[in-house]
Amino acid sequence: MYSVSGIAMLSTFKDFNLMQEHSNEEFKSFNVDVWQHDGHAGALIPLLQSAQNTYGYVSEQAINHISHVTGISQAEIYGVVTFYAQFRTKPLGRNVIKVCNGTACHVNGAKMVYDTVQDELNITYDETTDDGSFSLISVACLGCCSLAPVITINGEVFGRLDATKLRKILREAKKRARETAVQNN
Amino acid sequence: MKTITIGLGTCGVSAGGEKVFKAFHDELKEHPGTFQIKETGCVGMCYREVLVEISNGGDVSHMYGDVTPERVGRIVDEDVIGNTVIEDWLVSGAGREKGFFENQTRIVLRNCGKIDPGSMEEYVGTGGYQALEKVLKTMTPESVIDEVLKSGLRGRGGAGFPTGTKWKLTRAAAGTKKYIICNADEGDPGAFMDRSVLESDPHAVLEGMIIAAYAVGSDDLYIYCRAEYPKAIARLNQAIGQARRKGYLGKNILGTHFSFDIKIKEGAGAFVCGEETALIASIEGRRGMPRFRPPFPANAGLWGRPTSINNVETFANISWIILNGGAAYAAYGTADSKGTKVFAMAGKVRRTGLVEVPMGITINKIIFDVCGGIVNDRKFKAVQMGGPSGGCIPASMCETPIDYQQINKTGAIMGSGGLIVMDETTCMVDVARYFLTFTQSESCGKCTFCRIGTKRMLEILERISIGQGTMNDLDNLEELSLQIKSATLCGLGQSAPNPVITTLKYFRDEYVAHIQEKKCPAHVCASLLTYTINDKCTGCTVCAKACASNAITGSRKEIHVVDQEACIKCGKCFTVCRFDAVDKL
Repeated sequence: MYSVSGIAMLSTFKDFNLMQEHSNEEFKSFNVDVWQHDGHAGALIPLLQSAQNTYGYVSEQAINHISHVTGISQAEIYGVVTFYAQFRTKPLGRNVIKVCNGTACHVNGAKMVYDTVQDELNITYDETTDDGSFSLISVACLGCCSLAPVITINGEVFGRLDATKLRKILREAKKRARETAVQNN
Repeated sequence: MKTITIGLGTCGVSAGGEKVFKAFHDELKEHPGTFQIKETGCVGMCYREVLVEISNGGDVSHMYGDVTPERVGRIVDEDVIGNTVIEDWLVSGAGREKGFFENQTRIVLRNCGKIDPGSMEEYVGTGGYQALEKVLKTMTPESVIDEVLKSGLRGRGGAGFPTGTKWKLTRAAAGTKKYIICNADEGDPGAFMDRSVLESDPHAVLEGMIIAAYAVGSDDLYIYCRAEYPKAIARLNQAIGQARRKGYLGKNILGTHFSFDIKIKEGAGAFVCGEETALIASIEGRRGMPRFRPPFPANAGLWGRPTSINNVETFANISWIILNGGAAYAAYGTADSKGTKVFAMAGKVRRTGLVEVPMGITINKIIFDVCGGIVNDRKFKAVQMGGPSGGCIPASMCETPIDYQQINKTGAIMGSGGLIVMDETTCMVDVARYFLTFTQSESCGKCTFCRIGTKRMLEILERISIGQGTMNDLDNLEELSLQIKSATLCGLGQSAPNPVITTLKYFRDEYVAHIQEKKCPAHVCASLLTYTINDKCTGCTVCAKACASNAITGSRKEIHVVDQEACIKCGKCFTVCRFDAVDKL
């Protein structure tokens, strides 16, 4: 298990097995044109979003590159990256499960949802399974409060959950993940 | 030809709307030319999604609720082709949804769930952009501001600052370059009004923004929207493109010398960015940390220029006010609070979704008359208003009218419109702990009292919820609350203790039960529960295997027993049991 966000990332970065350094060719593909928008230095966040959209996370290399383009220090960029919940400094697993912890979900059993997911996948929030197949994220509100409690798996919403229903959904997701892994091998 | 309209707001999609949409398309291939398919946003009845409306072309229509792909075939065969309404599946079947629409007054939500949000023609067809034409051709900026002042409209983001006054200050501020920002960073967990309006009627927000820009003298407009709302952002981009092509955005609008353009800035996930100075910092590309006010954004906002920041719902009111007059808007509501307010209903209430009611209506009327009361007829306990910055109002005080002053008196706030209904199965200590966990993790860290004070409060609440609290903790909570309120810079810190203050004030007995009797009266706080196994047990042994402390014994196919001495109350047995055989008391 490894932490998806988390401060300890810079030192452990290089030896991380799922992390692949981007080639220079690849690197040009991420859009730095959004910088210098209107002559204002205001596009740091869109730049980081562009990096994350392209690679799935904001790598050390991306921070270096953005610093080079913008003249903003790496430390300041890192400060912005870690301030906002959206940015990740490590890649996610192949499947992403988001557990809603909005108020409506909380009063309708988000704890039960978390316990069940944790029990099935053996990971806690901001962790990825050892085989890299699932990441678990807690989100503040998915905005479908009338379906509470809710999770999404790769963006697909599953609502009005109870432990039995959720366990079935998770087991099917695990089965699909295994099948995909076999096919890819 | 009949038209089938499918609700595809986030609520509709979550409930399977896209599958239903596809099923209708497949049916249409089999019966070509029998009907046309349209999509629409959220009509507010999120609890009955997927909603499908069948109309005969004229004004006559009826709506089916809880539509699944399996039901589509029968709807097409019997209703669309056979002209026989399937009474059982109607939303209004057997008088079920009586009172839901009848008790609402829809100004902000006037088009939501009616028009196709992707079609500018439909918005224009309902009178859209007429207010902008009226403003540009017949009104001075001052008279626009006067009209908004007359309406009594107050900011719908939570703080309730009079919108007209904000515009007036921004207009009067020195400088030629000014900005309008639409705050669509709807961060309160459990609130989804703004998302729904953006998804269902994006042009209404754009029109309100352009009118605001004209009134304050700005040509540069921003929408700061949560990245978690991809559908709302897509809708806005689409609407901005359409408005540009039709000449409502861009240079020399409608033949005048005015030019306006709107850019979207995606937020990156920080609750504090709903605070206006933090929001500005975020647009400028920095960590979203609030700064001291004054100077207020009206004088020194984005890039140091005068800036008016208004909420989505505020903007969505503007064109209606211009077309119908400020006085017509002010006719709704109370002396202090005019017009209507949209609420996102969630929690233990029967009808969860969006409602818009005139100010002055009582909380009870919203919960019982509009939203059908409590799920499973359980006992209504409290309502939480204003999200993490708000408070809990007990059932006994729910005759309080929806009015900024009256709500403030209870210790809660109007907030942006999240209304979470709680029943006897909700633990108030747990609710307070939940909101503190949220504000604690969202504190930007600038003010010591917010950064560390909320942490200490959270630790105390966590202690109480596992039965290790002392009566002294309650005094500490109260003292910390006062200190945090008075020694922090922004709304997040100043209001963070509200959920604790109100629950302590109205539900002190629950705190005392946790501390003195080591009991959670609502059976929520796991450590204070007793787990027992009842005779539904099939002896499957799953719970015994799952038990971390080997506290469960029993042979296969025999009823298992929990050893209370050994039980660590982790609740694992309750979670793993598939036969409802574990009781928690």
